[in-house]
Amino acid sequence: MAMIKLENVNKSFGDLHVLKDVNLEVEEGEKLVIIGPSGSGKSTTVRCMNFLEAPSSGHVYIDGTELTSKNKTKVVRESTSMVFQQFNLYPHMTVLKNLTLAPMKLHHKSKKEAEELAYHYLDIVGLKDKADVYPTTLSGGQQQRIAIARALCSQSKIILFDEPTSALDPETIQEVLDVMIKLAKENITMVVVTHEMGFARQVADRVIFMEDGQIIESGTPEHFFNNPESERVKQFLGKIIR
Amino acid sequence: MSGLFSPRAWNKIWIYRGTFLLGLTNTLKTAVVALLIALLLGIIFGLMATSNRKILKSISRVYVEVIQNTPVLLQMCFLYYALAFSGHSPGIIVTGFLALGIYTGAYMAEVIRAGIESVPKGQFEAAQSQGFGYAGQMFYIIIPQSIKVILPPMTNVIVNMIKNTSCLYIVGGADLLSLTYSFVTGENTGGSYAPAYIVCGVIFFLICFPLSSFASMWETSLKKRDQKVFQNGTPKEA
Ligand SMILES: Nc1ncnc2c1ncn2[C@@H]1O[C@H](COP(=O)(O)OP(=O)(O)O)[C@@H](O)[C@H]1O
Ligand SMILES: [Mg+2]
Repeated sequence: MAMIKLENVNKSFGDLHVLKDVNLEVEEGEKLVIIGPSGSGKSTTVRCMNFLEAPSSGHVYIDGTELTSKNKTKVVRESTSMVFQQFNLYPHMTVLKNLTLAPMKLHHKSKKEAEELAYHYLDIVGLKDKADVYPTTLSGGQQQRIAIARALCSQSKIILFDEPTSALDPETIQEVLDVMIKLAKENITMVVVTHEMGFARQVADRVIFMEDGQIIESGTPEHFFNNPESERVKQFLGKIIR
Repeated sequence: MSGLFSPRAWNKIWIYRGTFLLGLTNTLKTAVVALLIALLLGIIFGLMATSNRKILKSISRVYVEVIQNTPVLLQMCFLYYALAFSGHSPGIIVTGFLALGIYTGAYMAEVIRAGIESVPKGQFEAAQSQGFGYAGQMFYIIIPQSIKVILPPMTNVIVNMIKNTSCLYIVGGADLLSLTYSFVTGENTGGSYAPAYIVCGVIFFLICFPLSSFASMWETSLKKRDQKVFQNGTPKEA
């Protein structure tokens, strides 16, 4: 059974038809990378997976359960986490509080359990020494690694990444990618919107290319590097591969 | 005998100082109860204004616009006389609580709406993506961040409300200004116009000035702190 399933998903913002009958399945443990030009609907696709956007029509299934406006809080809490382009750490809390808030308030962990968990994941992202600082005092790369640790603290089966390195200074991109590569060795299901083709090549099981609200090509990273079918994909890759 | 420099006029005020104290107490009592009503209304309508539901937004908008674009004196008369004629007179004291509470609530709602809207959208999304429901989002993530934006202007709203207790004069209230007026026009006490109004003004000033200075100092220091955070926030290397 697919971990994430989008079935005939359509999304419109007013008159703007952004997703056009998108069908997509992501298996448990799969690493899926979504690429495509700006405005093609990549973010909207990922945001439908945790109902930050509710589809205008169609169905979204998470781990077999249909996601609805009624059950989204519960399903999202149990099964998905998200890492944003702009990090979205809570600026009024220390790093440690950022990491322990959801485990304590939503997952019924004791303070001690939550902090152990937090230090475990801070160690994984290499920022154990930053537990007691406020996020705004950190560099972008560090903030994003903290955001990844926060997502991991929910211990959900799915992590969604929406352009996690696009807001970063070039010199801090690699430290975030390294953490994600490390993460990809686990059985966690990852959906990553990114233009980092090196990363895609290294970790993706499958890459999909979106244009104008549709998935127009899908395949392994090698397929995309060696012989993509569509002219449009060739053009696009030619532009973004440095 | 009503002159500003007449010792007799000033003396009369000293003798009847109890009247002014009573007015002050009534004004403060009215202000406190009205504040509670205003806070309650402000929170309800402020949250409605920031919800995703169009209908809730519209209801909140109508309340705020109607209250802010009609005179508070009219609202008081309406509550007092209109309700009295329809046989449901709420009485002067309750009219004061309700009218001032409802009036101030509209301003509170705007302050709270602006505070919540000052929090970046990404904060709501991060909270939702973690599985926080509406109450959890608000309580742990949004309110703690908006409170510093809300409190200084809210203090100013409170100052205005304290001054607005004087509008109760129109329905024959017992607030500070109404009692001052009765005092200067009273048969036994009348005459000390200038001194009485000066005393009344000084009392208002002594309550309101510290509050509004406090609010503006608070605002300045919060702005300074934000600038500091911003400077610290420029990327440092790991
Ligand atoms: N909340 C929104 N309201 C209106 N239009 C939106 C909204 N979110 C996205 N869009 C529009 O939908 C289209 C797809 O956006 P998005 O999914 O963010 O694309 P991508 O992530 O591929 O750049 C764009 O044209 C964008 O302007
Ligand atoms: Mg996007």
